[in-house]
Amino acid sequence: MKKSILMICSGLLAAAMCAAPVMAEDVTLTALFMKQAGYSEDDVNAMTAAFTESTGIKVEPTFVAYEELSPKILTSAATGGYDVILGDCIWPAQFAKAGLVLDVTDRVEALDLDDIYQGALDATKYEGRYYGMPWLNDVKYMFVNTELLAQAGIEEVPATWDELVADAQAVKEQGICEYPIVGCYAQAECLICDYTCIAGSFGGAFVDENNQPTLNSPENVAALDFMAQNLANGLCNPKSLEMIEDDVLSTFAAGNAVFAINWTYQYAAMNDESQSSVAGQGVITPIPGTDQAASATVNGGMPLMITAGSQHPDEAWEYMLFLASKEMQAKYCANALPIWKSLYTDEDVIATAGEEVVAASQVQFDYIVNRPMVPYYNELSVSMQSEIQKVLLGEKTAQEALDGLQATAEELAGK
Amino acid sequence: MRLRKGEERYAAGLLTPAMLIVFGVIIIPIITTFIYTLVNIDPLSSHQGEFAGLSFYIRTLRSSEFWADLGRTLHFTIASTALETILGLLIAVLLNQKFPGVAILRSIIIIPWAIPTVVNGSLWKLMLNGEYGVINAVLEKLHLISSYQSWLGNPKTAMWCIILADTWKMTPLAVIFFLAALQGIDQSIYEAARVDGAGALKSFFSITFPAVRPTMMVIIVMRTVEKFKAFDIFYLMTRGGPANSTKTLMYDTYLQAFTNLNFSEAATLAYLIALAVALLTLVYIRLMRREENA
Repeated sequence: MKKSILMICSGLLAAAMCAAPVMAEDVTLTALFMKQAGYSEDDVNAMTAAFTESTGIKVEPTFVAYEELSPKILTSAATGGYDVILGDCIWPAQFAKAGLVLDVTDRVEALDLDDIYQGALDATKYEGRYYGMPWLNDVKYMFVNTELLAQAGIEEVPATWDELVADAQAVKEQGICEYPIVGCYAQAECLICDYTCIAGSFGGAFVDENNQPTLNSPENVAALDFMAQNLANGLCNPKSLEMIEDDVLSTFAAGNAVFAINWTYQYAAMNDESQSSVAGQGVITPIPGTDQAASATVNGGMPLMITAGSQHPDEAWEYMLFLASKEMQAKYCANALPIWKSLYTDEDVIATAGEEVVAASQVQFDYIVNRPMVPYYNELSVSMQSEIQKVLLGEKTAQEALDGLQATAEELAGK
Repeated sequence: MRLRKGEERYAAGLLTPAMLIVFGVIIIPIITTFIYTLVNIDPLSSHQGEFAGLSFYIRTLRSSEFWADLGRTLHFTIASTALETILGLLIAVLLNQKFPGVAILRSIIIIPWAIPTVVNGSLWKLMLNGEYGVINAVLEKLHLISSYQSWLGNPKTAMWCIILADTWKMTPLAVIFFLAALQGIDQSIYEAARVDGAGALKSFFSITFPAVRPTMMVIIVMRTVEKFKAFDIFYLMTRGGPANSTKTLMYDTYLQAFTNLNFSEAATLAYLIALAVALLTLVYIRLMRREENA
């Protein structure tokens, strides 16, 4: 008898392992979001609750750190582990070519595209097709501690890199701040974002209009030399080499930097007295330029995408549309600016997002530079991060490093 | 003992679920991964799905990056294993003495080992922070440094910081092993040695060390294999930086698979790591057998 029961139990266990739990009657979507920058976890949960209330469709959101997004998507997209995923603007090309996300061109083209910022649209695009719904509309800005600048007798916020270096030198020489400039130069994607901004403002780009690599262009070399020079002469904080965006924010918020490049979220955080000792001292402005370009910033747009394995693409699209709707974007614009141009004249939006942020965005959005929208970008970025760090550490010249990266990019493009 | 027919069926029925699990989560992935090393599995490549033979192995072994990664992996493995073993033995000898509070010390020594690696990595990253890290503050107060240093942003110090963090966490494991071995030594041997005029050092090298040698071999084997495969602490503390100075073979395997989508390169690296670990284990087993026969 005991034997029989044991046999039955082991048989049931084996059967349970093979069986798939597919008994849910109602549609329940699963969605993957990011835990940092942009909309907060509370914002997304509130938007999701509103969606469920209005449609009856249940959604189970999961929040992970930015670094966890890509591995989670890559290991689950094909089987529909998540129906909706938040992706970075550098991923649609890779995901589309690997067949991990759905082409939603027809659905996106049915929207009022003229009312959506080009940067947000570009963040979803690969070879003229759309692979997601624009959602997070972000770019990097220059944040300046004007009080420290004023202590050095400087009233104007710099508009060019030459002016910024002169101001930084004055601040340093007067002993107001040991390292006036701080950057997120850790071996991570944030380094490429900062380099994209600076290279763009020197007139450089990583690929040409045909997506062919142009990494060792004189403009890119000059921009990288400029970054290395600022580190070598002590204007830029040497600890930048271990910093990501949050470290830049905390350094600036502690009053240990005058100039910092960062995403929009720094504005709210640096003015929050509970986490900043410089609340009310900082301003948000467009990133400085050179003779080659008045300014440049990096596209940090993040679209919502439907995974190829999703069993509920229509409901997923409905959810994405809801999250990106004008109503939701206007309501939760304190941490992320809307994708819709028409919302930038809305008084409530201006009041919630901050007049200064909206004003800076209206200038900065005209100078958006995209990182290469090519399938091999992630692999190239990994190589770029280490090679650029070698230049910043003085182990290589900018020309040597970028010549090597050009060869790497050409090899990857021909893969 | 020979089983009867009914008993055989009964045993097979009981073993089936376990066998299915072993087959499903170990055997099939091992075979699939090996196939990946022979066939181009890279969804971004125009050669996706083509048979590649041993070309991935040849290309990897010819790559200077592979050897640089291997060098860094060995640096981490050898340095941290050596430190853990030496410190583990010294602390165990100390905790094997009789003095007030030794029982409490023996209990709290386990705490670092009980801390999850995720917490340990984050903790050390915060303590080593170049802007506000407590280690900089202490060193500055002691006048050992003139200003805060970027320990994790400097290629010369980043790997040693990871070794320090890993050693702090894993030394207690070695302490426990050594302590168990030390407590098995008959105290009368030490007394006899003392009567014969042997000092503390002579007793350590003539009695203690030979007695704990088999345990030391076990610790070295276990820790070498574990450290060769270490990934989490690198991911948490430096992500291979700065300038690749902490990029190990395991971290590169992760990058190839989950950043570059080059599953064949990743599978090849994984097999080479497994091969290296198998070779190391074989060497150690031979050494242990020689110890036993000596």
